[in-house]
Amino acid sequence: MRPAGVSALLEVDIERKAWAASAGDRLQVLENVRFTLRHGEVGVFFGPSGCGKTTMLRIIAGLDPDYTGRVVRPPHARIGMVFQEPRLLPWRSVDDNVRFVAPDITEERLSALFAILQLDRHRTHFPGELSLGLARRVAIARAFAVEPDILILDEPLVSLDARLSAHIRDELAALVDSRPVTTLLVTHSLDEAVRLGDRIFLMSARPGRIVSETFIPKPRAARDASDVAAIKRRVEHEAERQGSVAT
Amino acid sequence: MLRLLSVGLFVLAWQAASWRVGGQLLPAPATVLGAVVAEARSGALFLHLGATLARVALSFALAMTLGTAIGYVMGRRRTVDRLADPWLLILLNLPALVVIVLAYVWAGLTEAAAIGAIAINKLPNAVVTVREGARALDPTLDEMASVFAVPAWRRLRHVVVPQLAPYLAASARSGLSLVWKIVLVAELLGRPNGVGFEIGAAFQLFDITRILAYALSFSVVVLSIELLLVQPLERYASRWRQRAA
Repeated sequence: MRPAGVSALLEVDIERKAWAASAGDRLQVLENVRFTLRHGEVGVFFGPSGCGKTTMLRIIAGLDPDYTGRVVRPPHARIGMVFQEPRLLPWRSVDDNVRFVAPDITEERLSALFAILQLDRHRTHFPGELSLGLARRVAIARAFAVEPDILILDEPLVSLDARLSAHIRDELAALVDSRPVTTLLVTHSLDEAVRLGDRIFLMSARPGRIVSETFIPKPRAARDASDVAAIKRRVEHEAERQGSVAT
Repeated sequence: MLRLLSVGLFVLAWQAASWRVGGQLLPAPATVLGAVVAEARSGALFLHLGATLARVALSFALAMTLGTAIGYVMGRRRTVDRLADPWLLILLNLPALVVIVLAYVWAGLTEAAAIGAIAINKLPNAVVTVREGARALDPTLDEMASVFAVPAWRRLRHVVVPQLAPYLAASARSGLSLVWKIVLVAELLGRPNGVGFEIGAAFQLFDITRILAYALSFSVVVLSIELLLVQPLERYASRWRQRAA
């Protein structure tokens, strides 16, 4: 397994991002979004709908070059991304979808990844034969298969039932802990944010800005229910104070 | 089973029509079959069918290759689309006969002129179909491949081509039927062999049996290609849809 670059640092400084609105004027989406993430840190972005979280992730992933500011990724950084929708190739099996982005992956590693995500029985299935939960797991497997230096997760557990969501969340935590990788996670679930993140960035309504940051020093695996509840209260209090409510 | 029944009904209707109008104007199926066997025994049938098939294969491959490339670029690049669209409209509406005659006049009665003229007739049809496919490509899959830094060739092979497959199949099927028809005209007008040439020669002698013998043989070949090549290929390319359904 390839270790991620030890000194890797992700620096994000988005001064401004705007969309062209239908009336002809510009709609400001992001403003002065500045943060850095050290190697292996999991930064969670929490904020109201439409505050530009997905736009920010797209900029960091290099999918949207139309913004003012800069994003400095570690040199030759490999990106793994889980989109809101699984974005699997419908004409390729589960196995081949993962191999599409990671053609050099060993059978041993692929099997291990499928075992963690409980996809072993579905390797030969086509995406059309999978439930949404399974398809999301394949998308997660695909993102980890490339051994990313930066992992971008855009609401990976959205629209799943609570039990399945908790299960995949624990699998995600296990994967992140098995190989530390700089991770950006966008979520509307405070529980998910607190259980997965090292730092929680609270974002304002549009134009999105980072209005507060909560650092969680305790390792993920060591956090118990009372820790989670305490951190949630802190973040909720901060959200109320800032008038930023995640919806 | 239904297909066999349909073929049986066709032969019966043919026989009935032959009795009605007379064997001179419409020879019976058995007479035509006899002519097919005689032409096959002499070797002429295979020579002419072979020549026609070779022309079809070459002009079809040329038109599909160029048409796919041009259609893809036009579907993806708006500037190219706007520049090339008027040319496409002209080619689409140019009668096949005009193209063939001009090709023979300008390039002589050569094989290259015939194949080129047939390909030009098919080209705009392929361009239009593939352009629609390229316009309908899913941008989210393209973004996914881009984030994961998948090399351009793998992206083309595994993301673009499967999405274009239904359009390519539609273009191939309609194109093949178009090429079959045009190739006979090109042969009739300026080639010394091929099914079109033979039908032309038979027409001069008012030999309806030979015209039908070649037309029938040709139809059997077309049907065989459709059943043994085009349809299995189509089924293979869309197997993921069948399983997902």
